[in-house]
Parts: sequence; C-alpha cells; structure tokens
Amino acid sequence: MIQTLSHYLSFTFVQYALIAGLLISLCASLLGVTLVLKRYSMIGDGLSHVAFGAMSVAAVCSLAPMAVTLPVTIIAAVILLGVNSNGKIKGDAAIAMISVGALAIGYLLMNVFTVSTNISGDVCTTLFGSTSILTLTKSDIVLCCVLAAVVILVYILFYHKIFAVTFDEGFAGATGTNTKLYNNLIAVVTAVVIVLAMNLVGALLVSALIIFPALTAMRVFKSFFSVIIGAAVISVACTLIGLLSAIVFGTPVGSTIVVTDIVVFFIFSVIGKISGRARA
Amino acid sequence: MALIECKDVSLGYEGKPIVTGLNFEVSEGDYLCIIGENGSGKSTLMKALLGQKSILSGKITFDKSLDRKEIGYLPQQTVVQKDFPACVREIVLSGCLNGCGLRPFYSAAQKRLAEDNMKKLGISDLADKCYRELSGGQQQRVLLARALCATKKLLILDEPVAGLDPVVTRSLYALIKEINENGITVIMVSHDMKASVEYASHILHIGHTPLFFGKKSEYAESDISELFTVSGGDSQ
Ligand SMILES: Nc1ncnc2c1ncn2[C@@H]1O[C@H](COP(=O)(O)OP(=O)(O)OP(=O)(O)O)[C@@H](O)[C@H]1O
Ligand SMILES: [Mg+2]
Repeated sequence: MIQTLSHYLSFTFVQYALIAGLLISLCASLLGVTLVLKRYSMIGDGLSHVAFGAMSVAAVCSLAPMAVTLPVTIIAAVILLGVNSNGKIKGDAAIAMISVGALAIGYLLMNVFTVSTNISGDVCTTLFGSTSILTLTKSDIVLCCVLAAVVILVYILFYHKIFAVTFDEGFAGATGTNTKLYNNLIAVVTAVVIVLAMNLVGALLVSALIIFPALTAMRVFKSFFSVIIGAAVISVACTLIGLLSAIVFGTPVGSTIVVTDIVVFFIFSVIGKISGRARA
Repeated sequence: MALIECKDVSLGYEGKPIVTGLNFEVSEGDYLCIIGENGSGKSTLMKALLGQKSILSGKITFDKSLDRKEIGYLPQQTVVQKDFPACVREIVLSGCLNGCGLRPFYSAAQKRLAEDNMKKLGISDLADKCYRELSGGQQQRVLLARALCATKKLLILDEPVAGLDPVVTRSLYALIKEINENGITVIMVSHDMKASVEYASHILHIGHTPLFFGKKSEYAESDISELFTVSGGDSQ
C-alpha cells in the first residue's frame, strides 16, 4: 500500500492537489470556528449554493470560473450578513431562499445551455467535487495557494478583533471597535474560503469542511486559541488522510474527506464525554 | 467643560417614549450614580450614551476630548452563547482591544494591565478557566475586569454588583472609588441606595420623567430620596 502511495505521490498533479487541499482545509477550519460561534453556519451553506450558481453561469458563458464565482459569492456574503443582522426580515428564510434559488438556477443553466454531453457528470462534479482537485492546472493551484495564504494572513492579523466581535459584539461596539467593518471582513473572507473549498470538496460539501473541524475541536478544547489551533490541526490531518485514501482506494475526494471529518468528530465527542465525566 | 451633556433627551422603543425630558451633564472626574425602579429606563440611557441605541429626541453631546475608544463598559446582561470556548484571560484581554488601533497584537503593557485587573478582582487563579464553567458572580467579575481594561477616561457600569457576594461588593466599591480618584469619570447604575449616596458625587434619579439630578448632598435632603429608600427598604 505504501508503494502504491509513493507511486501516486510522484505525480505532480497529486502533489499539487495535496498542497492546495491542505491550505484550503486550513483556511476553512480557521473561519469555521468563527462561523459556528457566530451562528453563521447556515450562511456558509447558503453561500456555497450561490457559488455553485455562479459557477454554472461561468461555465455557460465559458468564463474563468474563479473570476465569476469569487465576486458573486463575496457580494452575496455581505448582503446575507446585512440581512441577518437587520432583524426585520427573517434571516434564515432569506438564506434558504437565496441558497435554494441559486441551486435551481445553476442546474437549469447547466442543463439548458451546456455544450458538454455529460451534463449530470458535470453537475455532480461541481456539487460533490468528485475529482476536481486532481484536475487543477498549475495556475489554478497558484491562485488557490495565494488566496489561501491571504486568508490565513488576514486571520492572524485580525485574530484579536475577530475574537472580540465573535465573543461579544455589543461590548466591542460600545468600546469603539468598528464591528460592522470586521463583520464584513469575516463575510468577505468566508466567501473566499467557500469558493476555494468548492475546488476541494464540491459545493454541497463545503459546509462540512468548514463546520466539522470547529465542532470537533469544541468538544475537547476550552479556550478560543486552543479551539482554533485544534480545529486547524484536525482539519489538515483529516484532509490529508481523506485525500490519500481517496487516491489509493479510488473513492471520490470530497466525500472521503468529509467522512474522515465525521469519524474524527465522533471520536472527539467520545473523548470529550469521557474527560468531562472524569473531571466531574 | 462638561464631558457629556444631555439636553431634553427622550428615550424609548419603537417610537414609544420610556423616559422624557432628561437634562444632565457629567464633568470630568464626576462619579454619577443613576437610580430608579425596574423598567424606568436606566439601561436604555446607558445604551444611548454608548451609541448602541438611537434617541427619540433631544441631544447627547460628547466633549471632543472623549473618544469611544476610551470608554469601559459593563452591560447589565451579557448573553454569551452556552458553548462558547473562551478562557478568562482571553476575555479580559479583549477589553484592551480599543487601545490597539491598527496594531494586530497586544503589547506587553496591555497584557500586564489585564493581569493587574484580574488580580484586582481576585480572579487571577481563574485565568485559564473556561468562562462558561464559572459561577454567575465569577463571570460578572471577569466582565468587570474586561471593562476596566477598556477604561481610559470614562467607565460606564450597569449594576456592577449584581450577583457579587458582600465581601467582593465592598472591595469593588472601594476599587471604583479609587479609579475615580485617579481621574476617571464613572457612571454607574445601581439599586444600592446606601452605597450610591456614600460614594457618588452626583445622583440622577429617574422615573418616567427625571425626578432628580444634582449633587449627592442635595439629594440626601430631597423628598424623593426618602420615598425611594423607604419603599425600597420595605421590599427587602
Ligand atoms: N428591546 C426592547 N424593546 C422594547 N422595549 C424595551 C426593550 N428593552 C427595554 N424595553 C422597555 O424599556 C423600559 C426600560 O428598560 P430598561 O432596561 O432601560 O430598564 P432599567 O431601568 O434598566 O430596569 P432594571 O432596573 O430592571 O435594570 C422597560 O419598560 C422595558 O420594558
Ligand atoms: Mg437595567
């Protein structure tokens, strides 16, 4: 088995996939902690559907997928966040509306205008990312890596501000922190992460990549910093394991990674329960 | 020069007024206690001062020398999610954020300030504990330490002693007095009449209209204070 693995690892496209995959999952887990704690998990899910819709538009108009998906998702993120904090309109209903709408429009466009003969295959790839990470070109990988590095850098530089607006937005605002600015920053970065993560696991599974490592780390760790670090390590490890087993066993990349995340989540839940009981 | 000036301020929700005709000013170094029965609009007034809530009419003017970044605040209620992972040190330190400006990380002096404030409130030994696993009074002290970290010119406290035991309550009053004597303006909402009259320099008593505003020496002689002390005393 190790032999098969090293054989596969000698291919450059596999190496590319590994690098991009690990960076993307690192970003996703960092943002995931904030999204889960801010109760924005649903927004993440909605945004991934918007990204899918935008991707189909790009495919139909034969534009570069990233060039369309990224700005559309960012705009949607800022709007959804605004709707959510407005309170007048029901936030979750608006999110559901936009996400299902985008899904329907995306599929319709792909179905009507596509030139490819394998429509359902294309749709399946975009939704579940079957093998897309393995088919990225060198320029895609470079773009992925640059965006991921920017996300990680932004997260580190604004770490304390993100903590403050996540923990207690009211206090942060009252004492002079520009909460609106940082909420929008979080929205923009979330959109970037979602578009990136779509390449790794596909639109439908993006939220899993974002949410599971955060929830897993929260089972065991008790401080914000340790949860962040824990989520990052868990996410990277799960992606590595998932990606390698997908290559070796020929399973779909996205779902293999997510299943690994789920298994680790249950292991940590049990650890959390046991250590909680041991302390009590 | 008054630090904060309120002129004919009306406060309320959805256009319905709760308090009307508020007129008062706070000068640098004052210690203002705001008292009044439940639902009289004290917390609403605090939120209006902090710009978290718009006012119905009138005007609140801040002196130019006072920046929002120099205000420390303890809300009456802080709803923190049940499962939020955050240790005490992280929360107290987050109070220093308004002094950071564009700097991404806390300075050594800010970290020291956070440690000092934890010591002052007797929570140093809880520093690495998870916030959600503390008792109500311990949580209150953590939020107080955070408020102190954020304070540079003005400290706004909404019922700071709620949930604290008598020993901590007394030392907290002494601490606030000391902070005030170091030149920091304090605005405090309190139901503790005795302590308010003892420590404050000014008293604002609100019902649905302002009932009294002035120096505490005048307040002690006014009828309204008697009324409230007696009726307050009965209920305890
Ligand atoms: N979000 C809100 N929407 C509508 N009405 C509100 C809201 N918050 C408070 N009120 C009303 O405003 C009035 C004043 O509330 P406020 O919280 O300012 O009282 P308070 O003086 O701080 O009372 P307490 O002593 O109980 O803290 C109350 O009658 C309350 O019902
Ligand atoms: Mg109140």
